[in-house]
Amino acid sequence: MPEYLTEAQFAVLEAACEALIPAVDGHPGARALGVADYIDGALGAFSVDPPRIFAGGPYSGRFGGEPGFAKFTKLSKFQELAWRTRIEGSAGIPEREINGPVVGWQQIYTDGLAALGDDFLECEPDEQLRRVQADTVLFPVIWAHCGEGAYGAPEYGGNRETLGWQAIQYPGDIQPRGFTDEEVSQP
Amino acid sequence: MTEFDCDAVIVGTGPAGATVAEVLTAAGQSVIMLEKGANHLMSLEPPFAMSGEITNDEIKFLRRYFLEPDPLLEPRTFRRTEAAGDREFTGSVNVLPTGLGGGGFHADGKLPRFREVDFHLLSEHGPIDGANIADWPLEYDELEPYYAEAERIIGVAGDSTGNPFAAWRSGEYPMAPGADMYCAVVTGAAAQRLGYNPYRAPTGANTVEYDGRPACNNCGFCAFFGCPIDAKGDPVAPLRHALHTGRCEIRCESFVSEIVLDASGKTARGVKYLDTDGVEHEVTARAVVLGAGAFETPRLLLRSDVGNRTDLVGRHLMFHLQTFAVGQMPFRLHGYKGRAVTHLMDDPIVPDALAQAAAKDAGLPYIRGGIVEHGAAGHPVMEAMYSPPGPMHSRMMLESPMRDCMAGFTMQGEDLPLLTNRIDLDPKVKDVWGFPAGRVTYSPHKHDVVASQHWAPRLEAVMKEAGAVNTFSATSPPLPGSLGESHNLTPQSRHIMGGARMGDDPDTSVFDRWQRLHDVPNVICSDSSVFPTSTGYGPTLTIVALAIRAARELAGLPPLTSVRPAGA
Ligand SMILES: Cc1cc2nc3c(=O)[nH]c(=O)nc-3n(C[C@H](O)[C@H](O)[C@H](O)COP(=O)(O)OP(=O)(O)OC[C@H]3O[C@@H](n4cnc5c(N)ncnc54)[C@H](O)[C@@H]3O)c2cc1C
Ligand code: SF4
Repeated sequence: MPEYLTEAQFAVLEAACEALIPAVDGHPGARALGVADYIDGALGAFSVDPPRIFAGGPYSGRFGGEPGFAKFTKLSKFQELAWRTRIEGSAGIPEREINGPVVGWQQIYTDGLAALGDDFLECEPDEQLRRVQADTVLFPVIWAHCGEGAYGAPEYGGNRETLGWQAIQYPGDIQPRGFTDEEVSQP
Repeated sequence: MTEFDCDAVIVGTGPAGATVAEVLTAAGQSVIMLEKGANHLMSLEPPFAMSGEITNDEIKFLRRYFLEPDPLLEPRTFRRTEAAGDREFTGSVNVLPTGLGGGGFHADGKLPRFREVDFHLLSEHGPIDGANIADWPLEYDELEPYYAEAERIIGVAGDSTGNPFAAWRSGEYPMAPGADMYCAVVTGAAAQRLGYNPYRAPTGANTVEYDGRPACNNCGFCAFFGCPIDAKGDPVAPLRHALHTGRCEIRCESFVSEIVLDASGKTARGVKYLDTDGVEHEVTARAVVLGAGAFETPRLLLRSDVGNRTDLVGRHLMFHLQTFAVGQMPFRLHGYKGRAVTHLMDDPIVPDALAQAAAKDAGLPYIRGGIVEHGAAGHPVMEAMYSPPGPMHSRMMLESPMRDCMAGFTMQGEDLPLLTNRIDLDPKVKDVWGFPAGRVTYSPHKHDVVASQHWAPRLEAVMKEAGAVNTFSATSPPLPGSLGESHNLTPQSRHIMGGARMGDDPDTSVFDRWQRLHDVPNVICSDSSVFPTSTGYGPTLTIVALAIRAARELAGLPPLTSVRPAGA
């Protein structure tokens, strides 16, 4: 079950992300990477406490140490103000309108996914890609989120089982192991 | 007799503020440090351990403003010229992190010294039309012992024999340099073959255990992140030293809104600050130290209407014109391993015959570029955003021409001081505290542009010599008419200087040679606002060296001295 979006919106989101990051030989597509889960998790970040904004630390446990990433960091008062505004929008709340109204990600996705059209799921990937890119409000937001959801730390909900990192031969967070001098200096 | 809350109230906890706190508390003085950002760095209780929030996490640090000022709360505005209207952009403009430690521990800490000529550029090379080049009110020889002390406090690892252009030194670096990154092994050898002089970068990261902190383990999340294992010295070390004395109190999430003067208008009584509930507090002190960084210090002076008798506050703002020369290699460089950059070269700072000819052709007396950082691209989220969507995307991520196979030179080109390049208060846009946002008006001088255009192809030629199959170059800010203009108009160098220059003449400078405000001498600035020129080097070691000098003077301690070794 998606956390913020409806099942129907989630299906459109998954298809849109797959059109942007499709599976090719050796590289899983956005669906297998859980990119839509990442986005849905960001839209519903405040449904958990502490909110799913900043992963904890100091280590993930993947290369030693206690797994701390999964325990998210408590937000400061101002961080909460900024992130609620960014995600939920200013919604007419005066403190959130420092320089005027802000349209939040929730609204951008809700409107943007609807505008992709009722037939979006049936379209060919080329056409899906064209429609997503043509939306000048949705595209910059979803495209940045695709990069984060495919290649960011898995604790945020994407990059499932680090498949994104494995595909591109990238180890991800490496502390506390680090790299030896030879690993740094040799080809 | 007036009672004060402390001897000095320090605004900002980055390298500039932290250094002053260390020197003053060691001299027996009490300080209160006010920091507008939160504390994600370390416990304020002994033994002042790291808080564990600094991690290898690209989303948190590069995408979600964990340390950077959030543009929804603290927007800045930008325009290239006054003629462009009130503003062309609102958002993040060349920001440094906010929070305990400021930008220092977030930087990758390449910490070179300036050269002798940098302190008297005007006298040695003469003026350039349209720029207000000025000599510094001190020379390298006077600053040398403070550079040595700064390197000792921070813990700089370097090799004093590597750079043929380096200024003289009274002693060795505290530590030997760390492991050379493979990308720099490749581009460094190519640069040498073409007659350039790459050297191991002096870096504020431990290569052995130093001052109770461990050696760096080359994790690769260095520039823009912060060190999860406490191997970076600046400004963690001076903050800890100050806290250990018991005479340093740190208050985070405390935004200094105003410098408060007494009735005479010639002495500061302290500062006012707001907590996150908007409640106003006042701290009184014998001295007010401004270490808010070269963007926020001028903004605070303007907001307080202090020190601006000559209308110079905010002017002569400098950023470094960055030139990127990129080479795509037919092999992987794994630039995600190591301390972000391990090699520098100073050649563009010291004009050779070709650079002199280019200057002459452009009608300029000289061109000085800046240090060249030998780097590579590190992490994949940014790579993904710059790779086109669709099937091409996944294939490009597999082959990684934009990251794992990409080497990059960054030249930190000298940015001449112009009266028209400035910070002022935006007439409309506000921050979360309700104060006018800082507005940047900035265009690089012709000198900076010519230097960039001269060096870009020469640096691309080094990339080709290193084996690049494809090269290109770009600048930050983008040059007029270039493709980059449609992407991001604003400078992103993270090197911010000027805005309240120092000098001996109160009519042409804001601070004096001891970094005291000419008009209100118990207000001291310890950050790079005071730099009269930008040079082509990262500013931070010089900020720290100057801060030690200014703080010792404030504390009534004797000047440091050093001896130039025979033949040096
Ligand atoms: C990714 C990156 C890499 C870098 N690499 C290098 C490098 O290799 N070499 C180099 O020399 N430099 C480098 N820099 C630049 C370096 O970080 C800065 O020069 C340095 O941090 C400046 O120190 P500062 O103390 O003057 O200011 P800052 O570090 O900006 O600290 C100022 C502090 O004051 C606080 N503050 C501001 N206004 C107020 C207010 N009104 N009230 C209370 N607090 C306030 C801020 O929140 C901040 O914490 C890099 C920067 C970045 C971001
Ligand atoms: S590369 Fe070294 S100094 Fe930099 S963050 Fe990693 S361990 Fe720390």
